[in-house]
Amino acid sequence: MSNSMDDIANFAEAFFIIGSNTTEQHPVFGTMIRRAVRKRGAKLIVADPRKIDITEIATLHLRHRPGTDIALLNGLMYIILEKGMEDKAFIEERTEGFEEFKQTVMQYPPEKAAEITNVPVEKLYETAEILASCKPTAVLWAMGITQHIVGVRNVMDLANLQMLLGNMGKPGGGVNPLRGQNNVQGACDMGGLPNVYPAYQPVTSEEARDKFAKAWGATTEAKVGLTVTEMMPGILEGKIKSLYILGEDPIMSDPDTKHIRHCLEELDFLVLQEIFPSETSVYADVLLPGVTFAEKTGTFTNTERRVQLVRQAIPTQGDAKPDWWITSEIAKRLMERISDRVRKEAPYAGWGYKNTSEIMAEINTVTTSYGGITHARLEAGERLQWPCPTFDHPGTPILHTKQFTRGKGKFMPIDHVPPAEKPDDDFPMIMSTGRVLYHWHGGQMTRRAKGIMQVYGEALVEVNPDDATTLGLNGKNVVRITSRRGSIEAQAWVTDRVPPGMVYANFHFPEASANELTHASLDPVSKIPEYKVTAVKVEPV
Amino acid sequence: MINLKINGKSIQAEPGKTILQVAKEHDVHVPTLCYHKDLSPTGNCRMCVVEVKGGRFLQAACVTPIWEGMEIETENEKVMKDRKLTLELMLANHPVDCMICDAAGKCELQDLAYEYQAQIPAWGTKGTRYPVNSDPNPFIRVDMNKCILCRRCVLACEEIQGRDVWGVAKRGFDEIIVAGAGVTMLEARCESCGQCVAFCPTGALSNKMNYGMARAHQVKKVATICSYCGVGCQFDLLVKNNKVIGVSSNPDAPVNGMALCVKGRYAYDYIHHPERLVKPRVRKYLLEGKRKSDIRDSIAEGRKPKVGLSNIESPWDWVEVEWDKALDIVAEKFAETRMKFGADSLGFLTSAKCLNEENYLMNKLARQVVGTNNIDHCARL
Repeated sequence: MSNSMDDIANFAEAFFIIGSNTTEQHPVFGTMIRRAVRKRGAKLIVADPRKIDITEIATLHLRHRPGTDIALLNGLMYIILEKGMEDKAFIEERTEGFEEFKQTVMQYPPEKAAEITNVPVEKLYETAEILASCKPTAVLWAMGITQHIVGVRNVMDLANLQMLLGNMGKPGGGVNPLRGQNNVQGACDMGGLPNVYPAYQPVTSEEARDKFAKAWGATTEAKVGLTVTEMMPGILEGKIKSLYILGEDPIMSDPDTKHIRHCLEELDFLVLQEIFPSETSVYADVLLPGVTFAEKTGTFTNTERRVQLVRQAIPTQGDAKPDWWITSEIAKRLMERISDRVRKEAPYAGWGYKNTSEIMAEINTVTTSYGGITHARLEAGERLQWPCPTFDHPGTPILHTKQFTRGKGKFMPIDHVPPAEKPDDDFPMIMSTGRVLYHWHGGQMTRRAKGIMQVYGEALVEVNPDDATTLGLNGKNVVRITSRRGSIEAQAWVTDRVPPGMVYANFHFPEASANELTHASLDPVSKIPEYKVTAVKVEPV
Repeated sequence: MINLKINGKSIQAEPGKTILQVAKEHDVHVPTLCYHKDLSPTGNCRMCVVEVKGGRFLQAACVTPIWEGMEIETENEKVMKDRKLTLELMLANHPVDCMICDAAGKCELQDLAYEYQAQIPAWGTKGTRYPVNSDPNPFIRVDMNKCILCRRCVLACEEIQGRDVWGVAKRGFDEIIVAGAGVTMLEARCESCGQCVAFCPTGALSNKMNYGMARAHQVKKVATICSYCGVGCQFDLLVKNNKVIGVSSNPDAPVNGMALCVKGRYAYDYIHHPERLVKPRVRKYLLEGKRKSDIRDSIAEGRKPKVGLSNIESPWDWVEVEWDKALDIVAEKFAETRMKFGADSLGFLTSAKCLNEENYLMNKLARQVVGTNNIDHCARL
């Protein structure tokens, strides 16, 4: 997020939420938005094919077709430009590439946008009016925007919108992706990505490689590695022989489960470090017991780049060990066996960490944005959002206040591209996937929470009442959903939350996981799979 | 600035403030019950009454704004007597079961009754009027007999959660807090966030999952960060005998204040779930020096879903081993793979559920020790 949750909640004149089911997926932030709308009278525009909970309090709900975000945004920007409602001073001073971008947007008059998106022209005008008159407007999104083959382009088009409106770098504005997992921000910050070292230093940069070679005594070639969505098929191609998976459950969370099963079956050696025997553990050769957040001390970084202290509350269970200890032990033993690689005199060549505070001290030296974030400062009650480069730096609640990371903000000309998988006669409906309020991702934790299972104990698939009638569901509420890759049976929830022609399924339950049906068409840049659009057939069982 | 006197002492305060706010700023103790700093003041419990010179009645400090020349008495005999009577009236309509009540020790009514030495009045109590544990919500225990009609739950749901589940029904002595139009909480579209429980000053709303498990003074509170979504709410884990028995709001939490969601507040019991992995496991074939390619049939059989430790002997069975053994097997296999097929034949999936420090180490393991950039996590999934 470019901004903080509290500044958005307190200062946004309007919220534009697109592809985020905020009140269910980021519930506490969702309540902050509810408060801003209900108590402060902030305007709320929700763009989502589904009538999600937060649309109840929305000023406008744009129910665009899945996979038509760019046409929607370009249509809105066309109107803003047509009426001269753009922030000319901001565009002039802080951006570049405007003319080329404008030419592309001008290809999307409201009538065309309406035809692609199924959002009426009048609603597009109403939306543009609100966006242009409410300064600042905060744009919020989540996986509804990114999990498309055009995920990156969707995000760029949202950045275009916010630059066009001059909403960057101020409280209550900004571009704000809501990160899913508790520490997905931190995992990215810490170099858990194939293209960057910690703090997004590119693996292809000589300077960065040199820095880590000096610090660690060894580093990698200047070659980007494989993403998770490339590693799995990479197994079948013979590229990947061994995997070390820490606290992840690809059988539940990756697209096209049948394919993933096949990949993991072909793997030579799988080490899984987990707290439960997950669905993926069936394929593991070694299962190492890690611990829950209650059993270790360290830091998580939230969606607004706030680094916070996690404190151990109870002893580790049984023989389970903190994950940092396990990884260190593997590293030490592996280093003995690959003795010629690491230059032992390097200052951070070693792995003799006694606690996570020592690891953070090492992070401080090689990760500029975390340079001043220590356990001691957090323990003393300091509230730190990165970038926080030095020990006396107060942290950075809002990014890009004076200039963008690259200097001037660059407008990108973005065209609409239809989703990869199109409905046809055999698979006439569209399925979108996601989570529900009560469950978490692959469900390993929440399926083991008793009260949660009482409230939401089995997978429900949302089906529109019109479709239910056409399909002859007639109170017989179990449906079979079939895609080109697989089939699941689940209880139908007949509801107008989904529009006709669309169903919505989750991946919390192994016996009816939506990922049996999804496909691995990837965004060419981010390699994210298009979970949000799968062509399916729905039948009563 | 406004000039006023509290208990004879002259003070200055900003206009627009209430008596309670000014009293707090000057360390003058005024007892409260329905008032909570995060909710709109309503002035309906009458515990915070004070005497304002010239006034016909005692005034509720939480809702009375200050004015120029105001003279306030917060602890004179009239005020103290009135507060005590208010408490007695509440106790007259409250079950006398503090000995076994879950709220004892953190109950604000109990604290005030003690402070004012208020007793069950001579005319006795009304006893139990409503069914105990009256709502089927799996997380929230409702006992309206203990309700003092302070309406904090109503406000917490309306102002914090924005859900409007709770409301007030009937009038006079029959007045009662109800969910929706007198339906169950879930029927009234409750999201089970537990905000109402966190704000309830008595035992009227409590947590079902740890009911009867610990008194307030028996638990250790450890402030930490939620492990579910990216909002990063802070809360206290409640620990007794080395077990997490609950989660409670931490009023100083930077992101969320008192607010939490159903998962953060109530989906913690997985921590002590019997299926937790507590010992390293390796497949038997690894101990027998066999190769995976030699045991294909056993694997196919063994993969038919069943994860536990079975009695039937198969090279694909799990065997529990000591850490040293498991770690050596892992290191040996990784080294062998690397030697045979190169560093890029290894892949590392780090975890968005784990600590920054742990993610850093996974990145270091892949890049420094092994020498590959094949590292990723579920950010895309």
